[in-house]
Amino acid sequence: MSSGFDAEKIRADFPVLQQQINGKPLAYLDNGATSQKPQAVIDELVRYYSTENANVHRGVHTLSQNATDDFDTARSKVQHLLNAADDREIIFTSGTTDSINMVAQSYGRQNFREGDEVIVSNMEHHSNIVPWQMLRDELGVVLRVVPIDETGELLMDEYERMLSPRTRLVSITHVSNALGTILPVEQIIAMAHAQGVPVMLDGAQAVPHMPVDVQKLDCDFYVFSGHKIFGPTGIGVLYGKAGLLEAMPPVRGGGDMIKSVTFEKTIYNDLPFKFEAGTPNIAGAIGLGAAIDYVQNVGYESFAAYEDELLDYGTRALEQIDCVRIIGTAPRKTGILSFVMENVHPHDIGTILDAEGVAVRTGHHCAQPVMQRFQIPATVRASMAMYNTKEDIDALVRAIDRVIEVFS
Amino acid sequence: MSGLSDLYQEILLEHNSKPRNFRRVEDASATAEGYNPLCGDQITLFLKVVDDVVEDVGFQGVGCAISRASASMMTQSIKGRSIGEAQVIFEAFHDMLTHPDAEPDYDTLGDLETLAGVNEFPTRIKCAVLAWHTMRSALDGGEDMVTTE
Repeated sequence: MSSGFDAEKIRADFPVLQQQINGKPLAYLDNGATSQKPQAVIDELVRYYSTENANVHRGVHTLSQNATDDFDTARSKVQHLLNAADDREIIFTSGTTDSINMVAQSYGRQNFREGDEVIVSNMEHHSNIVPWQMLRDELGVVLRVVPIDETGELLMDEYERMLSPRTRLVSITHVSNALGTILPVEQIIAMAHAQGVPVMLDGAQAVPHMPVDVQKLDCDFYVFSGHKIFGPTGIGVLYGKAGLLEAMPPVRGGGDMIKSVTFEKTIYNDLPFKFEAGTPNIAGAIGLGAAIDYVQNVGYESFAAYEDELLDYGTRALEQIDCVRIIGTAPRKTGILSFVMENVHPHDIGTILDAEGVAVRTGHHCAQPVMQRFQIPATVRASMAMYNTKEDIDALVRAIDRVIEVFS
Repeated sequence: MSGLSDLYQEILLEHNSKPRNFRRVEDASATAEGYNPLCGDQITLFLKVVDDVVEDVGFQGVGCAISRASASMMTQSIKGRSIGEAQVIFEAFHDMLTHPDAEPDYDTLGDLETLAGVNEFPTRIKCAVLAWHTMRSALDGGEDMVTTE
């Protein structure tokens, strides 16, 4: 391809891709659900467990010190990935869902009162809907939903109308997991800040595909999951501006999050430890650090351009199939091709694609309100990463032909 | 994969495109809702039971070919049968999909045996059984929605 990006070289770094599924080369197009792991990440997990496993922030012994150093280094890698001002602003969580819930349970419960409003979009993942509904039930918080148009773009006029003196937080996705839409987050943040409203961005689908600079964005919270950016499962990140995080109460009590404990009084630890009760996911954090190194070595600028070309190629290929309709056609998208076919349910498509070695997600993608918006029960979602190739798209197209054949 | 042609047999595809008893039964004596949260399949089942006999049965909803064909074939198989017979058919069908190593009860199953191909696709078994669990819930007079999770 014209970007000159060598996806074959990248592919070679991912052992899981070197296999056949049902007798066909694996075309892994389910990166929106989770990404595969490069050998460097797998090796780092093995190295950690083989040579240095110990608990962090506790022992005076050598292994504990080494594990602590690597854990701290992982945090500064995340800091640099997001260009956060300070590594104290990086909280390790179990994933995006955990991060959003922490903000809801800490910031939300501390600051929201009955009638206060939280603005989300019509294309949120359930993890950015349900935590606010829980606060609605508990505190009487009102959830406002910014609608989207037929292409999957946010209606900015509606958003502007919804911002009001009652708005306490805008919590919105950076990239839609079901549609691939890249939201105009700079504008969203500027408009909210003009009214003194903080903004949280769900970056789960963004960080694997584009550079994120939280200082330039000036967002107040930014959250993502390690496993979608080639890291291990069970590790995620909550970035928050230090001033906000310092004022927020901890959500979970336990070890590591305290300075001192007596039965009469406990003094909480400083950031980031205040929010990290208990033994953290040490291996996960270190593995995420290795994944970040991998991504930065490849370079966002090179693979982002390549992914754009791949999306164009896939979009054109699917548009040529009469009975296929792409859901989500916004001008600015990441490599997500969500589609439906006439008279064939996505679940049946998924089974036939799998028989052809093509792995996709079928269903509502944990974003049922988007499906309701388009009045469909489900879609098939092919979601790409830097290691996908035109051959993967060609395999998808051949497998769709097979669906047509079976259901003709 | 040879399993694909065992799964999507002609009779199944035919039931999918022209489902039998795909309608609301206005004078139903029992209705039940079934839902598969994994894929969003949703079914409403209507039963009209008179003197212990399934006099009429119908279904509505959205779903994949397997859930739709299974529902269609289920309605055919229990219509005109006693509740006891419907329970026996349920058990035979359920056993066919949950104990693939055992010999299916061909006499009881008839055309339903077509759905045995689902066995090779564990993620699709829930699609095939949704209508059946919903039927049993309706027979039990269940108010709660049946889910496959």
